[in-house]
Amino acid sequence: MDLDPEGIFRDDSDSDDEFYQEKEASKELVVYLVDASPKMFAPVPTDEGGTKETHFHIAINSILQSLKAQIIGRSYDEVAICFYNTKEKKNLQDLSGVYVFNVPEREWLDRPTARLIKEFSSIEESFMSNIGSRYWIVSGSRDNSLYNALWVAQALLRKGSAKTVSKRILLFTNEDDPFGSISGAIKSDMVRTTLQRAKDAQDLGISIELLPFRRPDEEFDVSIFYAELIGLETDEIPNFLPSASDKLEDMTDQLRKRIFKKRKVKTLTFSIANGISIEVNTYALIRPTLPGAIMWLDSVTNLPLKNERSIICADTGALYQAPPKRFQPYKNEIIKFSVNELSEIKKLSNNHLRLLGFKPLDCLKDYHNLRPSTFIFPTDEEIVGSTRIFIALHKSMLRLRRFALAFHGSSTHPQLVALVAQDEITSANGQVEPPGMHMIYLPYSDDIRHIEEDHMAADDNASRATDEQIKKASALLRRIDLKNFSVCQFTNPALQRHYGILQALALGEDEMPDIKDETVPDEEGMARPGIVNVIQEFKNAVYGENHDQEEDESAAGRGHASGASKKRKEMTEAAAKESSSRDWEELAENGKLKDLTVAELKNYLIMHKLPVTGKKETLISRILTHLGK
Amino acid sequence: MARNREAVVLLLDVGPSMHGVLQEVEKVCSMLVQKKLIYGKSDEVAVVVFGTGETNNELQKEVGGYEHVVVLRNIKVVDGEATDTLQNLPRGTVPGDFMDAIVVGIDMLIKKFGPTNKGKQRLCLITDAKYPIKDPYEGTKKDQVDAICQQMKAHGVKFDCIVYREPGAMRTSVMDENDHLLDLFSKRIVARTVHVDSPLSLLGALRTRNIMPVTVFRGDMEISSNMKIKVWVYKKTSEERFPTLKMYSDKAPASDKFATHEVKVDFEYKSIEDPNKVIPPEQRIKGYRYGPQVVPISPAEWEAVKFKPEKSVKLLGFTDASNILRHYYMKDVYIFIPEPGNRKAIVAVSAIARAMKEMNKCAILRCVWRQGQGNVVIGVLTPNISSVDNIPDSFYFNVLPFAEDVREFQFPSFDNLPSSYHPSEEQQEAADNFVRMLDLAPSGRQEILQPDFTPNPVLERFYRFLELRSKQPDADVPPLDTSLKMMTEQSPDVFSDQKLLIEFPKHFELKENPKKKKSSRRAWREKPSLSNEEVSAKDPTASNLLEYSSDKKVEKIGNQNPIQDFEAMMARRDSSKWVRKAIEEMQNYIANMLENSHEQDAFQKAVECLKALRKGCIIEQEPREFNRFLIELKDKRKITNLANFFDLLLSNKITLISKEEAADSDVAEEEAKNFPVKAESASQ
Repeated sequence: MDLDPEGIFRDDSDSDDEFYQEKEASKELVVYLVDASPKMFAPVPTDEGGTKETHFHIAINSILQSLKAQIIGRSYDEVAICFYNTKEKKNLQDLSGVYVFNVPEREWLDRPTARLIKEFSSIEESFMSNIGSRYWIVSGSRDNSLYNALWVAQALLRKGSAKTVSKRILLFTNEDDPFGSISGAIKSDMVRTTLQRAKDAQDLGISIELLPFRRPDEEFDVSIFYAELIGLETDEIPNFLPSASDKLEDMTDQLRKRIFKKRKVKTLTFSIANGISIEVNTYALIRPTLPGAIMWLDSVTNLPLKNERSIICADTGALYQAPPKRFQPYKNEIIKFSVNELSEIKKLSNNHLRLLGFKPLDCLKDYHNLRPSTFIFPTDEEIVGSTRIFIALHKSMLRLRRFALAFHGSSTHPQLVALVAQDEITSANGQVEPPGMHMIYLPYSDDIRHIEEDHMAADDNASRATDEQIKKASALLRRIDLKNFSVCQFTNPALQRHYGILQALALGEDEMPDIKDETVPDEEGMARPGIVNVIQEFKNAVYGENHDQEEDESAAGRGHASGASKKRKEMTEAAAKESSSRDWEELAENGKLKDLTVAELKNYLIMHKLPVTGKKETLISRILTHLGK
Repeated sequence: MARNREAVVLLLDVGPSMHGVLQEVEKVCSMLVQKKLIYGKSDEVAVVVFGTGETNNELQKEVGGYEHVVVLRNIKVVDGEATDTLQNLPRGTVPGDFMDAIVVGIDMLIKKFGPTNKGKQRLCLITDAKYPIKDPYEGTKKDQVDAICQQMKAHGVKFDCIVYREPGAMRTSVMDENDHLLDLFSKRIVARTVHVDSPLSLLGALRTRNIMPVTVFRGDMEISSNMKIKVWVYKKTSEERFPTLKMYSDKAPASDKFATHEVKVDFEYKSIEDPNKVIPPEQRIKGYRYGPQVVPISPAEWEAVKFKPEKSVKLLGFTDASNILRHYYMKDVYIFIPEPGNRKAIVAVSAIARAMKEMNKCAILRCVWRQGQGNVVIGVLTPNISSVDNIPDSFYFNVLPFAEDVREFQFPSFDNLPSSYHPSEEQQEAADNFVRMLDLAPSGRQEILQPDFTPNPVLERFYRFLELRSKQPDADVPPLDTSLKMMTEQSPDVFSDQKLLIEFPKHFELKENPKKKKSSRRAWREKPSLSNEEVSAKDPTASNLLEYSSDKKVEKIGNQNPIQDFEAMMARRDSSKWVRKAIEEMQNYIANMLENSHEQDAFQKAVECLKALRKGCIIEQEPREFNRFLIELKDKRKITNLANFFDLLLSNKITLISKEEAADSDVAEEEAKNFPVKAESASQ
């Protein structure tokens, strides 16, 4: 299978390295469980005070975003969307107050399809009429919709073994006290059974995650009920409980952080000193996302084709089962290598990360980079004490502003790497940068090119900017400042367009979607007078006052000097004049064309913008064809 | 090919002070020739050595002087001979004069090419420049350098100079003078002088492959629609790949002299419904996955709708350098240089680069390198302030990820981890010291393992193997070069304070997680001699005896890790009773296992235990215990069905312990070997 048939995502040197292809370790099953109680539909004023949104709307939109991300990034994962506190019911167990949303040609828990996304995106319009909202847990009611919802979700997740599949329920609600309106024995009973239900699900390997909304002037108090439901006492969760939010961006952001389950690439042994080693897990936090694999189809049946590769000996026609030997022509000889020998050459040490020493951070230059970095985080799973050593080194490296140099003996790309300690960075929405180390793959001297030196100005010194010019540049820098630039704020327009087109085609829509390219510069902002001024000042400082004029002149000068286009124009005019003086129809009719010279024939061709190459006969026949003879 | 044909004259100092690194010089120069044999077959190479007792060069014959310079090879197209010459450089006997060698080299180039071949000629000088050079006949040494530079410039000769000096060597005034003279070259002409202080860096200092760089983009860098700077963009780093080797077919009979030995690779697309039906190319159409669906699209349709940005390089804005963390760099690195010769562009780039440096800012750009590229690149531009007068300032450009490229996994905050994960104050201090002392960029010395001077060990090994194979077709893969070991292991000669490496681990305690023991048979403390771990991974009994026992005192053989328990008990030195007890316990354990289970997996485990028991009995010189037990087992076999078990013993080569293995045994080697076989035949 070809990952990138068009070469869209390859610019110059992308490799077909397995490094970029994440292993499909396990698949994921997710149930989005959305509270549809009337409270969720209460309008919430947004910061600007203008438009009012509902929590329900925010939940739907953030789920929509994550479905779109899922179909691109991990389309083999399966999802189900389930509402609770609904008027209508639709579920396997026929429990009231729970509605599983689905589209045709799809199981309830299945891979997301174009149609699911399409219909889900417009669900709000018809929600009230088709599904409806109703809060079930009221005094006198025996129905416990939260209990039912968990039960339905658990039943949906019955697929697949917990060992190979990760199963999750993502719960969206703004009600921190679902049993608040009832009291007494009924309440304690309901609370107990609901918690038991959740615990049963967790025992089956299903994790329940909560994405709470905050109502205006009211915090979402996890401790009332949900802390116990999601099992807050287990050690990791307190770190990860998202703060309640009421904004779409926040919720989308939080969902994005959670939608991809953390997967490690592998566990590495990290040798520190004197034969002592700790263990670290590696994670691919940053890897280019490419459009999914293409498949070849039979254009008649539209069925996928099977691709078979066979290696054939050119001399005998025999088929090779195992890959044959390789060779390199060298000194007029053929030097052969077996596949084993080649892998032995590449094997320099065992697959360890071996610490070599430390260097100040400024030894790591901007051009010391080849591939996306890999994140490493310690694990005590097999060697107790690993984390402690890691944290000690991490702290020291941060404090002393040093990075570690290590050798990474991978079997395909043994490489020197820089391990840069990263301190944790958090924002109101949780973790922005996790604490740990980033492994940066360093180039070898063979990989570094000396471009600057190749263009060395041999005789005179290169011009440097004067202090005045630098000052003008500084003003420019201050003016065109992207204050809160964050590295991944842009979506990839090529990828978005690719999937936009696919979605439209998959749904049979005629209209091609209009994908906004977020990466184009802010023309409007650039046109603000302040910025225009500062740019102009800088321009005058470095280029001189009369730059544009000079440029125009030199361009005009170039026009004169080369004049190729001008000349061509003159020629065409002359030819037109010349050829129009003859009656070509008549000449052709009487077979007199052959009496003309080649130059004369060419005049006709030039006038009619036809090719002028070839022998005389060719020219004549070309003219005849043009005249329609 | 011919267009890029390059002529290199290697000027190698072989004087006595260079003898220590001549091996490395030989290696790096033959690497240069070897790469030319593959990538630049029409390149030409000459070899000149100086510091020799003898003299042999044309200049000496013509005008006299120029002693102790020997031309080993004239400028000729590369061939196998060149590597042979370079691999057997003579060891000189007198201090070399590099200036004489340079003149000889230039003379050779001028005689060979005259006014042609400008810019494609290179002199490579490798020397330690420790000894004074002779005074010229007229003028000063500086004048001489000027005169040489004039010549080099006139003939378009480039100059690479590598000065090797051991670390910590005393600086002398002679060195200062020589360095100054060599520096003059880089001021006057296209020349590059580098100083290295380790054999490893020497291997990395010479550009062994001559790659003509090509621009990725030439045109305007647009600050705004009104302000543009003319730039050229190149790759600054680009991985030099392992050579792509073609497949070789050895199916043709040896007698066939005209065999091509070529291999054809055929791709066939077959229908899923009918695996025998091959679908012709014109009947195929590409399909793109969208979720579970596959959407067929013809290339023409795709062309009509796909993303087609205009070729351009545009500024989005500037931002604080701290907003772009280093680990977001995605790819190999580009360099933006101002259009060569365009003074305005040079000044504009210089102004912005220097302002960025001063204010600690960087720029964010949106780039479409070529028309029809199909995607855009967002990246960060950082300043590269030139420290050399005749090199203009430039920018580095690193590609940044898009939102889709980032996985925001959440990790526990270190502060929230249990206190057992946190180092104590004393441990933290040990770590601080360790980080401070294990310094690869010590003052007064060059940075160790600087990427710019560190060669790719895999390529080095491949080319060495290639050369070896061409001489001995049955040669094995050679081990990693000793001077390159410095990058795969903590090198002892780098750190003056060896105690450090030993001290640091003492502050920390590591142990294998007992719960996970079964799955992990990894030994976390490797034996120093054991560089490949496979041995211990395959053989559970090989897990380290001593390490395990030092962790806790084992008193009993448990079900979990009987072998480790046994070994630990055997290794206990606090009382002699433990050996006896361990053997006894192990025997009971094995016997139990065999009696209570007849399944194959139990047998396998029993065999492993028996192996461990045998090993232990040999080490502790208790062969009788083992032999008695094995014979007992054999006798028991009659009662229980253990025939399969004895087959396993046979295939695992578990025999009685012979006299040869342990003196106390009363079993001869022959008998020991025959034991299970005999048992087998006896049972039939």
